[in-house]
Amino acid sequence: MVEINLWSGLRRFTDGELVVEVEADTIGKALDALIEKYPGLAPVIEAGISVAVDGEITTAGRNIPVRPDSEVYLMRRLKGG
Amino acid sequence: MAKDEFNTEFKLVGTRPNRPDGLDKVTGRARYGADMTMPGMLWGAVVRSPHAHARIKKIDASKALALEGVKAVVTRADFPTGLTGEDWNLQENSMAGDVALYDGHAVAAVAATSALLAQDAAALIEVEYELLPHVIDVDDAIKPDAPAIRPGSADHSVPEGFPPNVVRYIDYGHGDLDAGFAAADLVMEKTYLTEATHQGYIEPQACVGQLGADGKGEMWVCTQGHWFIRQMCSAVLGLEVAQLRVTASEIGGGFGGKTMVFMEPLSLALSKKAGGRPVKLVMNRAEVLRATGPTASASMDVKIGMTKDGKMTAGKAVFRMQGGAFPGAPVDSALDCAFANYDMPAVYHEGFDVLANRPKAAAYRAPGSPMAAFAVESLVDEMCRELGLDPVEVRLKNAAREGTKASYGPTYNKIGLVETLEAVKAHPNYAVPLGPNQGRGVASGFWFNYNGDTAVSMAIAEDGTAQVSVGTPDIGGSRASLAMMVGETLGVPYEHVRVNVVETGALGINEPTHGSRATFATGKAAVIATEQAIAEMCRRAAVEWDIDPDAVEWIDGAAQPAGPNAGKFPPMKIGEIAGKMSTTGGPIAGHYEGFPDGVGVSFGTHVVDVEVDPETGHTKILRYLVAQDAGRAIHPAYVEGQFQGGAVQGIGWALNEEYVYGEDGRLQNATFLDYRVPVASDLPKIDTVIVEVPNPGHPYGVRGVGETGIAPPLPAIANAVAAATGQRLRHLPMTPVKVLAAIQAGQDG
Repeated sequence: MVEINLWSGLRRFTDGELVVEVEADTIGKALDALIEKYPGLAPVIEAGISVAVDGEITTAGRNIPVRPDSEVYLMRRLKGG
Repeated sequence: MAKDEFNTEFKLVGTRPNRPDGLDKVTGRARYGADMTMPGMLWGAVVRSPHAHARIKKIDASKALALEGVKAVVTRADFPTGLTGEDWNLQENSMAGDVALYDGHAVAAVAATSALLAQDAAALIEVEYELLPHVIDVDDAIKPDAPAIRPGSADHSVPEGFPPNVVRYIDYGHGDLDAGFAAADLVMEKTYLTEATHQGYIEPQACVGQLGADGKGEMWVCTQGHWFIRQMCSAVLGLEVAQLRVTASEIGGGFGGKTMVFMEPLSLALSKKAGGRPVKLVMNRAEVLRATGPTASASMDVKIGMTKDGKMTAGKAVFRMQGGAFPGAPVDSALDCAFANYDMPAVYHEGFDVLANRPKAAAYRAPGSPMAAFAVESLVDEMCRELGLDPVEVRLKNAAREGTKASYGPTYNKIGLVETLEAVKAHPNYAVPLGPNQGRGVASGFWFNYNGDTAVSMAIAEDGTAQVSVGTPDIGGSRASLAMMVGETLGVPYEHVRVNVVETGALGINEPTHGSRATFATGKAAVIATEQAIAEMCRRAAVEWDIDPDAVEWIDGAAQPAGPNAGKFPPMKIGEIAGKMSTTGGPIAGHYEGFPDGVGVSFGTHVVDVEVDPETGHTKILRYLVAQDAGRAIHPAYVEGQFQGGAVQGIGWALNEEYVYGEDGRLQNATFLDYRVPVASDLPKIDTVIVEVPNPGHPYGVRGVGETGIAPPLPAIANAVAAATGQRLRHLPMTPVKVLAAIQAGQDG
C-alpha cells in the first residue's frame, strides 16, 4: 500500500479523507486505484494534475515507480512560462 | 548528493564561449516570424471587437469581398463545432462565437494580396454588436451580482453557490493554523493588489500558414513551442495533427506568452478558404497588448504569525486572480509559491480563478509566483520592521532547507535558498551606506522548474563533428548550453557541435521552451543521446580491435582500451571512427524520447537600493543584486542574463507596467508609449551572484534559471520604497503618482 496525500479541496470527493491508501507500485496504478475508490476524483485527475514522488514533481510518468514508503502528493497541474 | 560530490573538472561547462546565433543576429540574417515570405502568399488582417462584452448580431463582409485582391474572409462559422474544454477555449479565443468577450477579441479575418489591402478590407467588414454589461476588476468580477461572463463554465472544483465568475476553486494546507497564530507574538494580515502586465516581448506574434483542401498544412511561426502550435491549431481547426508541419522561426522573446495560439489558426483557416495559398499574419503592438495573453491581475489577503525573535508560526493566503474571459489564471501556482521559501508548521491556501472581460491570460515567467512573492515577502518585511528584525536574518531563520516539508506539500530535496541568503549577506551591496530618501529592500522567490515531453536526436557527421536536433526553440541561449553539454560529454570542442531547432516532422513531440526546462530537460536528453552515440563508437572500436565492447572506454573524444587487460591500442579518435562509419555499420547517432526526471527547484534572493524623489514620487533604482541557485551554470553569461532579465521585468512590474482600462472596458494604453516597460536609462548595473547547489537529477547539476528571477523584484522594490519613504505601498505598480500621494498623505498606499 502507498499513501497518497491529497489537497484539501478534494476531501469532498474522498469522504473527508486527506490521505488515502491505495495498492499500487506505479503512479499510473495509484491514480487508477484512486479513481476506482473515489470516482468523484476522475474529472480532477483527467483534467490534468501533477504528482510529487519523494519531492520530485512530474506531470507525466504513469510508469514512475512508487514504494510503500514513498512520499506521494497529488498537486495541481504545473505550468511554466 | 552534495555539490562537492559532483565532478567539477570541466573543459566546456562553466566557460563563456561566443553564442552560436550571434553572427546571424548582429548582421540581421536571423529569420524571425515576420521574415518568411512564400510564393503566392497572401496577407491577413483581423477584425477585433472594440467592446469589452458584446453580442455579435451580424457580420457583413460583402464590401470587403467586393475589393479586388481580397481572397477570403473567415468568421467563427468557418470553424468546426463540438469542441470542449481547453480546445473550445482556444477556438473561442482565436475567433469569437456569439459573444465578443473582451476589447480586442477577434471576430473576423480577411486575406488579400497585400498587407495594406487586407487592412482596408478588414475596415470594410461591418459588425453589428449588442452591448452587454462588462466587468474588468477581479474584486468586482468575484461579486455575486457581477455580470456573468460565461455561465456554466465553472469546473468540478467550484462548490455550489459560488459567485458566477468563479471558475476554479482551490484550498489546501497543513498543520494547525489556529495554534500557529496563537503561538505568535505578532499576527499581521494585509491585502495586496497587482495589475495585469504583459510579457512585453520585442517581437510581435507572426506566422505564415498554409492549409490545403486535403487537410495537409504547413506553418512558419514565432513560438516557444511549435508542437504546441501544431496540436492547438489542429484542435481548433479539426485537423489530423501529423498532417500539419510547423517550423519555429527565431524568436524575439516569449517569457511564456508564446506557448499558446492566438491568431495562428486564423492564417490556416484563411489559407484553406483562399484555395491553399499561404497567408501571413503579423500582429502590431496594439494587437499584442489587446489580444495576446498578459498575466493575471491579483487581489491577495495574507496573514502571518511571527514570534518576537522572528520565527514564523503560521501563514494564510487567500488569492483572487482574473485570467481574462477564460479559466486559467495561475492562482494554483501562485498559492504553491506563496510560502515556499519558508519552513512553517502551519499554512493554509485558498484560491479563486475568476473570469473578467479581458484577454485570455497566458503564462508569464514563473506564472503566479511574482504576485505571491509581492504579497508574502512584503508582509514578512512589514513584520520585520514592526519587530525590529533584520530581513535577511529572519529569512535565514525560517528558510526552507533539504528535508523541509514544503508549504505545497512534498519534502524538499537538495535546495539552495540558504546559500542565496548567505550570498547577499556577504555581498558588498548589502553594506553600502544609504543617504536621505534612500531605502534598501530584500526579498526571496521560488519557482518549481519543469521537465516535459522531450525528444532529441544527435548524430555524428563524417568528420567527427556532431549535430543535435532539438524541439525547444532557443529563447535564452539553449543552443549554446546544449552544444556545451554535448561537447563536454563527447569530448570535442564547442565549435564542433551544431544544435538545430528542427520542425515538427523531424522529432517526436516536444513541449515548448517553458517552465525553465530547455537546458535541464533538453540538455539531459541530449546528454543521454550523446552517450548512446558514444556507446556505438566504442562498439565500433571494439570490433576493429577485436575486443569486448565493455573493454572500451571513451576519454577526451576518443575510444580507448579500458586498462591494460583490454589490450594495447592507440586511442581511436572520433574523427577516425566517424570517417569510417559507412564501412563499419552505417550512421552513428543517439536519441532520446521521454519525460526527463530529476527536476530541481530554484530559489533566489534579491537586494535593491532605491531613492525616492519626495517632490515627484519617482523611484530610481540605485543598485540591484540578484543571487540565485542555478544548480550549475553551463554558460554563466547566459545565466547572468536570465537573472538580469528577470530583475528588469520585475522592476517594470513593480514601478510602471499595468493594463489601464476605461469605464467602457477598453484598454487605454495599448502601445509601448503608454504601457511603459523599463528601458536602459531606467536601470542600474544589475549585479549577479550565481549560487551553485547542483541538482542531483541532472548529469551536470542543472536547475532551470529562467523564471525564479522575476519573483523577488516586486516585493524587494516595495520593501525598499517603504524603507525610503516610511510608507508601504500594497498596490502595484508603484507609479510616481501613487508614491507621491502616499508621501503627501503620510499614509500607506
